[in-house]
Amino acid sequence: MERRKEGGKRFTESGIEVKPLYAHKDIKDLDPVRDIGEPGEYPYTRGIHKTMHRDRLWTMRQYSGFGTPKDSNQRYKYLLEQGQTGLSVALDLPTQMGLDPDDPMSLGEVGRVGVSINTLKDMETLFDGLPLDNITTSFTINATAAMLLAMYLCVAEKQGVPFEKVGGTIQNDILKEYVARGAWIYPPEFSMRLIVDTIEYCAKYVPRFNSISIAGAHFKDAGCTSVQEAAFTLADAIEYIRAVLERGIGIDDFAPRLSFFFYTHNNFFEEVAKYRAMRKIWARCMREKFNAKNPRSWLFRFGVVCGGSTLMPQQAEINTIRVSYQALASVLGGVQSMFTCAFDEPFSIPTEENARLALRIQQALAFETGVVDTPDPLGGSYYVESLTKEMEDRVEDLIERIESRGGMVKSIKEGFIQREIVEEAYKKEKRIRSGESVVVGVNRFTIDQEVEELRLHEYNPQVAMEQIELLNQTRRTRDKERAERRIDQLRTAAENNENLMPHLIDAFKDYASLGEVCQAFKEEYGTFEQPTVI
Amino acid sequence: MNGARKIRVLIASPGLDGHDRGAKVVARALKDAGMEIVYLGIHRTAEEIVKAAIQEDVDFIGLSMLSGAHLILTEQVLKEMAMQKIDDVPLIVGGTIPKRDIQKLEEMGVRLIFPTQTPLDTSIAAIQEYLSSRATQTTGK
Repeated sequence: MERRKEGGKRFTESGIEVKPLYAHKDIKDLDPVRDIGEPGEYPYTRGIHKTMHRDRLWTMRQYSGFGTPKDSNQRYKYLLEQGQTGLSVALDLPTQMGLDPDDPMSLGEVGRVGVSINTLKDMETLFDGLPLDNITTSFTINATAAMLLAMYLCVAEKQGVPFEKVGGTIQNDILKEYVARGAWIYPPEFSMRLIVDTIEYCAKYVPRFNSISIAGAHFKDAGCTSVQEAAFTLADAIEYIRAVLERGIGIDDFAPRLSFFFYTHNNFFEEVAKYRAMRKIWARCMREKFNAKNPRSWLFRFGVVCGGSTLMPQQAEINTIRVSYQALASVLGGVQSMFTCAFDEPFSIPTEENARLALRIQQALAFETGVVDTPDPLGGSYYVESLTKEMEDRVEDLIERIESRGGMVKSIKEGFIQREIVEEAYKKEKRIRSGESVVVGVNRFTIDQEVEELRLHEYNPQVAMEQIELLNQTRRTRDKERAERRIDQLRTAAENNENLMPHLIDAFKDYASLGEVCQAFKEEYGTFEQPTVI
Repeated sequence: MNGARKIRVLIASPGLDGHDRGAKVVARALKDAGMEIVYLGIHRTAEEIVKAAIQEDVDFIGLSMLSGAHLILTEQVLKEMAMQKIDDVPLIVGGTIPKRDIQKLEEMGVRLIFPTQTPLDTSIAAIQEYLSSRATQTTGK
């Protein structure tokens, strides 16, 4: 899909020309120490740890969640039994949008693309029998990230786990939602404030928690190139850092807990080079631009997802092969955590068996192939080093362009980023249409049969009724006045510019619902209307 | 289709899902094929979609849905269309539509269905053919 040929010339997916041969002359301008270095040493081109996966495998973290908290709790236990090493929670759209299941907009969506979480009761059930000091959990949650983190911390407290021992990640990256994923609630200013609140709170009280996972994945899956994915993400990171610094927090107090998240797609060497180049750009940016002194602040730690929009419904089994190559590129790129999509995901969330097969991709890679035995095995390759340098230059140029336009927030409000992405998505589609880009099973090597009938995950429509009933029950049994007072307390704290995290924790402990909390902020700060760009 | 009036297509994503790559790419392709696009974007209610369709006097309403909630969301839009008496405007549905739901959508009254990976040329041709066959039927009466 992403291998391009034009008039005898060849290009990577980002449009970098690939020469017929790479040799020493292509890397002769690179300084082995300044540009490449050793694994675990600045500028970390070769990886953030000295021995990388030889001593520390990436975390195998399959994005998963559906139906009621009980359904998902069972799936998590199953995946852990099967050898998964961390949890990654998929939440349904009402939870992502801060709506209770009885809201009219929630119709048809409760527990569909993820698990439904409305009150602390649900979060308690979700982690029943899963001790939070023993497992790290990643939440793909953005507009309501502060709220979900608060509920997670309430669960930790109930389990008797001190906050210092709680590890995990919230995505908490609203800027890309405005552009590429669409799960926003509030205008950028209030959204940014919630994010800074979580970063500040975690830096002080939950030091093992990654308070943000700045995500390029959704730009990429919306159709942009890897150069754009890297540049937009790093430009977002710069915006977040500025906002936190403005609050008077020192760079080294929070930078070690910034993390990243990307899609690895098909263009193999460019994807490897992307991660190598980003590590280098980030280390330099943190040390030189932001004057971070703690080497941990320089480390570019990232997770990936493999699959996404590269998964095709036609001859769907091919998807397992695509994802395997993408997983290999991620490992060679020095990944810290990985989610490999199942082959049935062009149709729906995966069945249990297909989710297991997807996990096995990572296990085969980790335990059978030997690719983990030495760090950055592609380091020193004429092609990969040259491509890494080219990616680095192009990504930095694009970051520079965004900065000179006034940064990401401004570029998003003006629709610039949206336009760049849709332009690229449309070009890609045209290349597939013309046959210039090959997609196996779609525009070449097709078979004479329609999309095959697979046994798919079935959505259980009862889930909505169950969740509404449970919510009503919670509303009936909680101390109603107390819960209402907590909502008022939140409003006051918001007006007084206090950090909202402790107040969110209070509200959820008294069983305020997610919808009630989010509604209170909507009344104060309004919602956001997107600039429509096509 | 009479005279120089371009085919007007409204494209919207109803419900809570925010993935709009498909909607935008199809919108661009239809535009390049000479149609006029009214792009409403994501998070739209049935009421908003139907209101815009009436105001803009469109020939087609296209819904893009990827979350799996397409049966319920389509039903809402069809109900609203009937209520506002524009159920003669053909409804198109695109996105993550499993094979088992295609017939259900057709029975509900959806005229054209474009599951993910439908080639753009197929979608464009289907819209043009639908209009010309309907024009033939009308003149034949």
